[in-house]
Amino acid sequence: MAPVDAPWEDKMTTFLTRRTALLAAATCAATLGLTAIAEAQTSIKIGYAISRTGPNTGGAAVTTIPNYELWVKEVNAAGGIKLGDKRVPIEVVQYDDRSNAEEAVRALERLINQDKVDFILPPWGTGLNLAVGPTLNREGYPHLAATAVTDRAPELAKRWPNSFWLLGTSADAAKTLVELLNKLRDEKKIGDTVAMVSIADGFGIDLSSAARPALTNAKFKLAYDKSYPIGTQDLAPIVNEIKALNPDVFIAFSYPPDTLALTEQSRIAGLNPKVFYTGVGTAFPLYRQKFGKNTEGVMGIGGWSGDSPAIKDYLARHKAAAANGAEPDRWASAVTYASLQMLQQAIERVGKIDRAAVIKDLQTGTFDTVIGKVKLENNMPTRYWWVGQWQGGEFYGIAPAKNEGARTAIVPKPAWVAP
Amino acid sequence: MTNAILTGLMLGGMYALIAMGLTLQYGVARIMNLSYGEFLIAAAFASHWLFTGWAISPFVGLALVVPLAFVLNFAIYKLLLTPLVRRAPNRDALEVDSILATFGLTFIIQGSMLALFGGAYYSYSFLAFPVQFLGETVAANRLAALGITILLGLALYAALTRTRAGTAVRAVAVDPFAAQLVAINVPQASALTFALGGALVAAAGVLVSTFLTFSASSGVVFTMKALIVVVMGGVGNMLGCLVAGLALGLSEALVASYVDPGLTLAVNFALFLAVLLVKPAGLFGRATR
Amino acid sequence: MTARVAGFGAAALTALALLALVPRLGNAYYLALAISLLQYTVLATAWGMFSGPTRYVSLATTAFFGVGAYTVAVLGEILPWPLVLLIAAALGAIVAGIVGLSTLRLSGVYFVIFTFGLTELIRQLVVWFEVNKSRVLGRYVFVDITQADIYWQLLALTAAVFLLGWLIARSRLGFALRVIGEDETVAKHCGINTTFAKVALFTISATVMTLVGAIMAPRWTYIEPSIAFNSMISFQVLIMALLGGAHRLWGPVLGAVPLTLLFELLSARFPNTFTIILGCIFLLIVYMLPRGVAGLLEKLSTTAGGKTRQRATA
Repeated sequence: MAPVDAPWEDKMTTFLTRRTALLAAATCAATLGLTAIAEAQTSIKIGYAISRTGPNTGGAAVTTIPNYELWVKEVNAAGGIKLGDKRVPIEVVQYDDRSNAEEAVRALERLINQDKVDFILPPWGTGLNLAVGPTLNREGYPHLAATAVTDRAPELAKRWPNSFWLLGTSADAAKTLVELLNKLRDEKKIGDTVAMVSIADGFGIDLSSAARPALTNAKFKLAYDKSYPIGTQDLAPIVNEIKALNPDVFIAFSYPPDTLALTEQSRIAGLNPKVFYTGVGTAFPLYRQKFGKNTEGVMGIGGWSGDSPAIKDYLARHKAAAANGAEPDRWASAVTYASLQMLQQAIERVGKIDRAAVIKDLQTGTFDTVIGKVKLENNMPTRYWWVGQWQGGEFYGIAPAKNEGARTAIVPKPAWVAP
Repeated sequence: MTNAILTGLMLGGMYALIAMGLTLQYGVARIMNLSYGEFLIAAAFASHWLFTGWAISPFVGLALVVPLAFVLNFAIYKLLLTPLVRRAPNRDALEVDSILATFGLTFIIQGSMLALFGGAYYSYSFLAFPVQFLGETVAANRLAALGITILLGLALYAALTRTRAGTAVRAVAVDPFAAQLVAINVPQASALTFALGGALVAAAGVLVSTFLTFSASSGVVFTMKALIVVVMGGVGNMLGCLVAGLALGLSEALVASYVDPGLTLAVNFALFLAVLLVKPAGLFGRATR
Repeated sequence: MTARVAGFGAAALTALALLALVPRLGNAYYLALAISLLQYTVLATAWGMFSGPTRYVSLATTAFFGVGAYTVAVLGEILPWPLVLLIAAALGAIVAGIVGLSTLRLSGVYFVIFTFGLTELIRQLVVWFEVNKSRVLGRYVFVDITQADIYWQLLALTAAVFLLGWLIARSRLGFALRVIGEDETVAKHCGINTTFAKVALFTISATVMTLVGAIMAPRWTYIEPSIAFNSMISFQVLIMALLGGAHRLWGPVLGAVPLTLLFELLSARFPNTFTIILGCIFLLIVYMLPRGVAGLLEKLSTTAGGKTRQRATA
């Protein structure tokens, strides 16, 4: 324990009332968790608190945990991170935040004050990344948020200059989608009726409220526009109603369980629009595993340059390293891995554990990652994949079209087939 | 309209199916089982494993998973819960103890599933094709689940009302102390009923896994849904369980089709609360106090 | 008697003064842990205040906690802080009053599940309102409140709750509640207004929970329904209070403190097998401590006076 605590502890024992005794117990228990302070020269201590239980587990287990583990394994296999002229291995300290904002904040405070970690990897999801933002900012740790989509990202990057918002804003996502639809309509590939559903959660609401004005301004006809609560177990009424409207475009800003349920129900009800777009989960390997041939032509949020050698190599390494050969999702996984590469390159360029210098390097440097060359502007990347599409069993980025490796969209989507 | 009602019936059937086992465990064996949903998810994982790993159809899987769940739940009751039943001076004390003990059990089962399968979502396709039923297109797996629910419900109802063992079980549900006086082996009847409840929730888990996406941490959703259906119908009442399940399912489907899908769950809870305000012991329950 | 009260009061004041020094340690982690401990201490004690004597098991803790947190999310940046707290407390009291009047005729498990349903209903309505009316889900709270401020507010609330509980226990209300807990019919026959007594206590307990939610909200920057209305809070508080022993005012704290520390220790030491170990420890506690920690302490120091003891149950 730090020497500063000692006199306080002495004082405590003299007043052994019940409540002070309890606090003493608290202190002891906390001390138990203390591990020896590592010397910066022999290892780099990296800590993270991630959702291993609770509602966030599904997302964290696909996108975040495998990439953190893969990266640590690879870096250590190569001898570690290069500090000056020698390599030092990574030592990991990890906690479970139980999908709870309060636990996430406290776990980080513990990593910083008790474990004295050198760097911190962020939790999964928008809500938790925002919850830990002030703490990381106060303590001056770089915060590479790779799984948060928020419209306040530019403002937050200004407020917390140590934070980097790598997945972009929902307004941008909705804008890109509408631009793509506009182009398809100009090419006379689709008409102008759109049906939109969204999950009643931060993600769905942000995206739908950005898409709504964009669609109306582009003179699309919004035939259906509703939200449904998290935990809805039968989406058939929604799909049936939309089918009766016979739209050209179906947009669902959904979460993984409902992405699967909406796709399944659409296939059963025979809802076969020219553009079929679903939200988080479309880019998951589970989606292909479940729908097989029927994935062809399905669009979803995210995507990657599936033809690039770096991505192909990353996919192979991820499969080899992950438990039972799990594949990464085709969106935030690659971004998460890239964020770790950026962190490593920044540390190596600085050459020592100097968090302020690492933050500076992240703000200004150029990085070579699996998603290509990344150079941040105002703490955010300049290009994102916003719309992807399953084509021949792989999920490719199709919009924005100016991105390197963007494929042409298959429109209309082929009709559903019997499984 | 037919479509919304049909969807509602299928959804309601699923709710009733999920809740049937709990109404036995809670109404008869007097165990407020908070780990109920975890058992459901465990059965769903078993079915997923059998189907994807061994190509065993979930219907065959039922024949494997359900007896196994029966034995497992019997053992749990005998080993873990009997000591609590013995030491409890009254029903209230047993309720608190069983809440605490099964809450601990929840962690153990969930932790084991996380260790075995990880936290990711699981889903597979079985009978995932459209069928025509009463002139409407519905998913075959949901329809099959409804059919099996009805069969299970009828079989259970017959067993409870037409057989000697069933009569004993109903007697225990009404009054465990008086049941003893008429030479019913109450501990044995309770253990068997708890195990039967466990077998039912395993059946529910297998059927639900054919059309819902699940993960190791989604058990609590089903526990709460089951509790709501059980309480709304009246604890220990099979018919109440069915009616409450169907009412919730129908209201959800009708609200989604004619009002706003965003309000489905709010209406569900409002309906539940309204029933309790009018009938404090549930639709078919007897006043206890 | 008076000397004992005075002595106890002095000890409590000393403890309070010492605890107020925690933020001076300059270690953000100890402060965070202390905040957690106080949060659960207040919630569990407030829960026990109502559920202990009346034996109604409530799962509505989250509902009130969430109402408090959301009040801050909506008004935190607009109004001065004390006013926000006052509005939060008033809202909590109003909701609790309405709920109390309409639900307290339910008994046993019906009340348990009703309170759970109520929490979900409030959450669904907040979501629906935010989605369809204000069109934002997830609000940002940037208010100028430090961690130490949160801690001190919670500490003051803790002191207030214990003082309040002590006063109630000595008042006519406390006596009425004990009679109700023993036998409600008898209480009615004695001319006790049972409804008033129960609703009053429910409202007091709920107002405290609402305040905890409001005080904690600035800690997370970002509030969304799944954070504010996290139903795990209800369960954790219930378990803590039952484990400590809800039949004594000081019982719940004996469950809240060790359990918070246990959660903390396990999630740090065994992040992967955390849940399994926690479950096993839980079962052990249930079998070894049938009457809660308070029951164990009472057994160890069986004091004279032959006080009637009972276990708080539904």
